Amino acid sequence: MNIQEMILTLQKHWSDQNCILTQAYDVEKGAGTMSPMTLLRSLGPEPWNVAYVEPSRRPADGRYGKNPNRLYQHHQFQVIMKPSPDNIQELYLDSLKALGIDPLEHDIRFVEDNWENPTLGAAGLGWEVWLDGMEITQFTYFQQIGGLEASPVTVELTYGLERLASYIQDKENVFDLEWTDGVTVKDIFFQPEFEHSTYTFEESDTDMLFNLFTMYELEAKRTMDNGLVFPAYDYVLKCSHTFNLLDAKGVISVTERTGYISRIRNLARSIAKAYVAKREELGFPMLSKEEK
Amino acid sequence: MAKDALFEIGLEELPARFVDDAEQQLVLKTEDWLKELRISFTSITSFSTPRRIAVLIHDMAEEQTTMEEEAKGPAEKIAKDADGNWTKAAIGFTKGQGKTTDDIYTKEVNGTSYIFVKKHITGKQTIELLPGFKNIILALQFAKNMRWGEEILRYARPIRWLVALFDNEIVPFEIARVTTGNQTFGHRFLGEPITLNHPNDYADALAQNYVVADAKHREKLIVDGIKELEEKEGFNIPISTSLLNEVCNLVEYPTVFMGSFDESFLKLPTEVLVTSMAEHQRYFPVESKDGKLLPHFVGVRNGNEHKLQTVVKGNEKVLKARLSDAQFFYEEDQKHTIDFYLQKLEKVVFQEKLGTIHDKVERITNVTETLATHLNVDQETKQRAVRAAQISKFDLMTNMVNEFTELQGVMGEKYAINFGEDKIVAKAVAEHYMPRHANGDLPETIEGSIVSVADKLDTIVGCISVGLIPTGSQDPYGLRRQAVGILKTLQENEWNISVESLLEITQNLYQTVDIEKEDSDNVSNELIEFFKMRATYLMKEISISQDVIQAVLFNNIGIVGYTLDKASVLSEKRNDPEFKQVQEAFTRVLNLSKKAQYAEVNKDLFETSSEQGLYEKYQKVYDDYMDKSKNRDAIYAMKQLSEFAEPIHSFFEHNMVMAEDENIRKNRLALINLVAKLIYDYADMTKIEWKQHF
Repeated sequence: MNIQEMILTLQKHWSDQNCILTQAYDVEKGAGTMSPMTLLRSLGPEPWNVAYVEPSRRPADGRYGKNPNRLYQHHQFQVIMKPSPDNIQELYLDSLKALGIDPLEHDIRFVEDNWENPTLGAAGLGWEVWLDGMEITQFTYFQQIGGLEASPVTVELTYGLERLASYIQDKENVFDLEWTDGVTVKDIFFQPEFEHSTYTFEESDTDMLFNLFTMYELEAKRTMDNGLVFPAYDYVLKCSHTFNLLDAKGVISVTERTGYISRIRNLARSIAKAYVAKREELGFPMLSKEEK
Repeated sequence: MAKDALFEIGLEELPARFVDDAEQQLVLKTEDWLKELRISFTSITSFSTPRRIAVLIHDMAEEQTTMEEEAKGPAEKIAKDADGNWTKAAIGFTKGQGKTTDDIYTKEVNGTSYIFVKKHITGKQTIELLPGFKNIILALQFAKNMRWGEEILRYARPIRWLVALFDNEIVPFEIARVTTGNQTFGHRFLGEPITLNHPNDYADALAQNYVVADAKHREKLIVDGIKELEEKEGFNIPISTSLLNEVCNLVEYPTVFMGSFDESFLKLPTEVLVTSMAEHQRYFPVESKDGKLLPHFVGVRNGNEHKLQTVVKGNEKVLKARLSDAQFFYEEDQKHTIDFYLQKLEKVVFQEKLGTIHDKVERITNVTETLATHLNVDQETKQRAVRAAQISKFDLMTNMVNEFTELQGVMGEKYAINFGEDKIVAKAVAEHYMPRHANGDLPETIEGSIVSVADKLDTIVGCISVGLIPTGSQDPYGLRRQAVGILKTLQENEWNISVESLLEITQNLYQTVDIEKEDSDNVSNELIEFFKMRATYLMKEISISQDVIQAVLFNNIGIVGYTLDKASVLSEKRNDPEFKQVQEAFTRVLNLSKKAQYAEVNKDLFETSSEQGLYEKYQKVYDDYMDKSKNRDAIYAMKQLSEFAEPIHSFFEHNMVMAEDENIRKNRLALINLVAKLIYDYADMTKIEWKQHF
């Protein structure tokens, strides 16, 4: 099964579970969790079920396309369900079956793994799911988001698509994976991997990035003060990615580093609060009538 | 007629580390609960897997044991009037107890006669009480709890089903929208839902559905599987208890399998291979009979033999990817120099207020140098210790340690040797993290010991200086463990340096560091208090009683080895009848000295020969005692002090300390004070609860 078919299969599976299929969010981010479709929407009492593919950028992991396992940008298939359904583990295992993974022919285990992202004031409990010893999915019950208690609890499933594909297609090098018939990951992503690595580690304009960070931060604050939660959050994402670029280049000193992280965290926290307040003001429109 | 009961909590996969403890808690709490309810039973069998914890209670009584209870009423003189008739008070009491005045009898309590009635409490039906098991389930404690869905309950993992059966009857209760029933579930993939007709069917029904619910049995299956491979292949497979326990609690139906990896990976350091296999993948590494690592591993599948080869292949692939990464790191790491890595440390924060690790290394090096000088080690040892301190943290910047954090120090040693460092220096780099856990080994080399103490001192003094004092269960920097590590190392090496001097040296070095510190006197008090608590903990561990601990720590912690020796001498003397006379003499002197102020003793004011005698004894004992004390000979130092007993008793027998003449009084107190000071140097013996019989 090529990656394209995997995506279609997962989309179909989760669509059948009444998940909204959205598209990847169009601002750079380090993980699917940071999409507003997850981070903001998992806050507050409104039900929310969504699935999407998220290209995730981790500048520090860039290896010029030379490492068989590490990428500047990899793909996550993200599923978010709020409140977490009682049969979520079964739903998840069914998705593996849909991908052609028969549990009776493999060893599938749920191994404790607690997740924390201090930059987003977020924490959750759950597992890494192992398929014959390989971690294929991060399975997390959010307990806290943006410094706020998650209530009701959102469950997040993050499939590492390249990992899973390397198992399904039995390939050792990520660049050999088939995206679709006759087209490999290498065909599509090798050049960007090489160029982004070169840019990140050698070519990026440090002064400009520092300026951008400050500008994005100011814009995020200003926008939030005007009560515009989503635009403000976009600028937080931009701050985060800019910081990641600077950090990967090794130009952020230690003391500054903690400072930058806490600046992003403070922004994320106040946006989380503002989002919930705004939804409340709107009367939590996605709550069904009985629940109100 | 007795019945059996079964309670099973069905959960989403519990963290492996919670399972055993949860099972034990469930048994203990069930026993206590049944005792409290007066429900008799013969025994409890317990079960646990990652997905369930259960208790099977055998032969439970169908009702509570009946009970006779005595109810005490008013005193007889209040209960009866002058004519001997029952008063209103008595009648009221009996009514309140559901009895009549005919049931009254009297009994004396502390010399007064009271009226009583006997109450017969009939037991309730067991089935009525069993829904209370809900509270047992809710009372289980876990290291970490979570919420799920819309539930308010916090539990280790979501509860998915509950079985509660009393023979064939369902015991009704509900937790987090899950109601009890008689249905349990087999293995996630191999089993089916199971309806239980009777509690006793539990283990067999599960076994038929690929769940080995008895943890001990599951463990045995794993061990047997490993032994079988060992025998068949001529291997030696060491079984680590903690790994076995974890693996056992990751599976419901274990099948042991063997996988292999390319021999070329054996060139990697053993620790890297073992960590990849045991820590990351939960495999048992495989050795040859003569203890050499072989390119094989043993894993445990949560399932049966079906398509086991697919599972083996998958696991081999994962391990290969990990080892290839490690090999890449190993080669890359060695392309640079130690200096390259040391420079990188300038960019890594140790603690926000305490600067970078590079700063820390400079401080460790300073403390190491000062400490080595104090300890009078030879020049070469000192140089090696200083070098070890300088390079103690370089490996933190290597790819390998970045990926395998648990190998910090271990990789430091390997790489240091490859980079041409002295072997002892390299070993000290690894050893400076020791003890790595509460009862871990201590450094073997003197160089490693010095750097280990210096590193830990720096962390503790630094953290406490900026107000990061451990409270309750919060000790994020592991200061307590590190302090105990220091004390143990000092004791083990018999170093002639007091804890207080060590703290002072480190604190002084910190004075020159540009950080925001709290008031230095406060800090030094905090530090000493912190170390006293740790010393107390250490002594309690070797069963020294609290009073003796207080006696030896009353002044300072001093030289750890000597303080501990004093504590054991006193622990022995504390129960020794022959020591009674000495101890009485000491106690008298110490108590009286509390009234005295320091003054010179004037021999010309002595009036009696016993005064003279005590003073002369003091002069003689002083030198000998100080000599023994310097050699930290706790037994002989005590022997010297004991020589005071005679002259002290004689002194008190023949002299009035509180003499009318002020000069004589002051002089006698001064003499007492002098002797007291010497005794105090050993310990504050007034703190000891002497156990000799008086």
